[in-house]
Amino acid sequence: MDDVILSIERLTVEVEGREILHNVDLEIKAGETSVLFGPNGSGKTTLLMAIMGFPKYQVTKGSIVFKGKDILGLSTDERARLGMGMSFQRPPVVRGVKTRDMLTVCAGGEGGEALDAVAEHANLTDLLDREINYGFSGGEIKRSELAQLLAQSPDLALLDEPESGVDLVNIALIGELINELLEKGHRIRDRRHAGLIITHTGHILDYVSARTGYVMCDGVIGCEGDPREILKTIKEKGYEECIRCFIGRSRNERSKTFQNIHG
Amino acid sequence: MSEVKPSKTYTDRAKAASAKPAALGEDIDLGMYISSSDEQPYQADPSRLPAKAKEQMLEAGVILDDVSQRSGTYIQMDNAAVHSSVRQEGIEVMAVSQALGKYDWMADYWWQAVAVDIDKYTANVELTQYDGYFIRALPGYKTIFPVQACLYLSKARIAQKVHNIIIAEENSELHIITGCTTASREDPGLHLGVSEFYIKRGAKLTFTMIHSWNPEVAVRPRTAAIVEENGLFLSNYVLMKPVRSLQMYPAATCVGDNAVVRYNSILVAAPGSSLDVGSRVLLNAKGAKTEIISRAITTGGNIIARGYIEGNAPEVKGHLECRGLILQGEGMIHAIPELKGTLPGIDLSHEAAVGKIAEEELEYLMARGLTRAEATATIVRGFLRVDVEGLPAMLSAELQRAIEASEKDLM
Repeated sequence: MDDVILSIERLTVEVEGREILHNVDLEIKAGETSVLFGPNGSGKTTLLMAIMGFPKYQVTKGSIVFKGKDILGLSTDERARLGMGMSFQRPPVVRGVKTRDMLTVCAGGEGGEALDAVAEHANLTDLLDREINYGFSGGEIKRSELAQLLAQSPDLALLDEPESGVDLVNIALIGELINELLEKGHRIRDRRHAGLIITHTGHILDYVSARTGYVMCDGVIGCEGDPREILKTIKEKGYEECIRCFIGRSRNERSKTFQNIHG
Repeated sequence: MSEVKPSKTYTDRAKAASAKPAALGEDIDLGMYISSSDEQPYQADPSRLPAKAKEQMLEAGVILDDVSQRSGTYIQMDNAAVHSSVRQEGIEVMAVSQALGKYDWMADYWWQAVAVDIDKYTANVELTQYDGYFIRALPGYKTIFPVQACLYLSKARIAQKVHNIIIAEENSELHIITGCTTASREDPGLHLGVSEFYIKRGAKLTFTMIHSWNPEVAVRPRTAAIVEENGLFLSNYVLMKPVRSLQMYPAATCVGDNAVVRYNSILVAAPGSSLDVGSRVLLNAKGAKTEIISRAITTGGNIIARGYIEGNAPEVKGHLECRGLILQGEGMIHAIPELKGTLPGIDLSHEAAVGKIAEEELEYLMARGLTRAEATATIVRGFLRVDVEGLPAMLSAELQRAIEASEKDLM
């Protein structure tokens, strides 16, 4: 499948007047999974929040095109209804609203057996009648977020650090849920669901395969390539090496641009 | 209607307090209202009451067309009992005037939980002596369906004065649903209601009260409960409709070991409504427990949400939770949770929170595809949801229906 589902060009995003993302380019094709690596504070979550359209994340330049449509003028809920979904790293507690209610909302108002099956698969049955995220452990939060996405079944899933704070027992299940969400059981050509996974540690790649990897540092996407190779480099040399590489490259680009302009 | 013979002592005390303002709430001028004791025709078949009255009573949880899900019914219009009936053995439902004539032991309960001279409202109820309901479960009897009672204001400017006695005898189980409402949606009126609850050893009493007044009605309930050893008193209060002025601070005293009291209140203050509502529990016996939960929403009115727990015996435990939501308008919520302990080893706690809906919560729901309005409604619905431990499923569902029926008015 070669259809581009998400195309981001020269995206610049401000949060409370401070520019966090600078000229970000990113493209995701339908049925493909991409991974965004980056150290803490590099702007990864900001990118997801901006794609999802949260008002605090102001796009000052660039474009986001989703399923062929410029979505910058759309609200978060309109983007969700267009087929975009997000798992939050630290979702809020909503008192009185139960896990079951959230799953029903995600399923477009439909409860019933299909919903119970999703809950059971995510090992959430015991949490169905608990207030959403109230007193949930790290693993429970991640499983609940993924179950909500499974109920929603978005064309593009934005996953913010799905493995952080999850113990080894839970991480395999998290991987399984992501694979189901992204239709990894289907033949490649039959997959329609795309994913963008943010990860700091890259552990999730032990469980979920991805086609493209990106590295973000200081609000800039500096490289793109095979996610496993990128992860190998990060593991061996740390993000410091990425930052050094970025700086070196941006100098070269600057001098190239200079040469282009001045011959 | 039979007259209650007032005891001289109570009359004297009431006379002395007849001008005594209440400690809390706006002072109501009783002279503004008519103290009518006009006869209302007794109706043996409550389904034959006027359709409009039945409809309004239904809004307050009182079902008259099909009473098969009720173990008894009492209806009072203004100051006259117009119907009382029982459908289950071991349960008594009658006008309190009738009970006073029938049982000479009523003196053991009359003004024993509530003092006659708390303020001019209790005094006025005593001095006018009209009627109210008497509901009792005999020892060991357990109601399957709730007893329902309705206190209805039918005339403009009427002062309804009610004195209720509720007794759950030893090891009985009694469920009551009370609806209070008005014929007119605009006429001024006054409701003064004294209710005395007695929960004997090992008994369980659940009391669910739904108020559906109008923006011109003033309401002053005066309620107290006495809970004996291993007794359980569960009180749910719902006010979703506008009212001009409501002040109440019901109290429950645990006098027997391991007695349990739970109060749940759902309060909504529309513009022009002024509410001063709380619950008090005195834990005076070993191992007694309580939980007071209130949810207050203002859409423009003012709410003082109080709560008070006092621990005076070993191994008692109490928790107070008071949450307020300022939904819109210029309303005010003032939460006043209070705890008092007089012994070591007691366990009392509270949590209170007042605010608007957090933007982060709205955005979370919007990321799942709900519009802002739908997300707000979902959060409000969740806020108002009461999961009352110990309340039978049927009553719980009725309570939830009563809340949901009025939710749309909030948006």
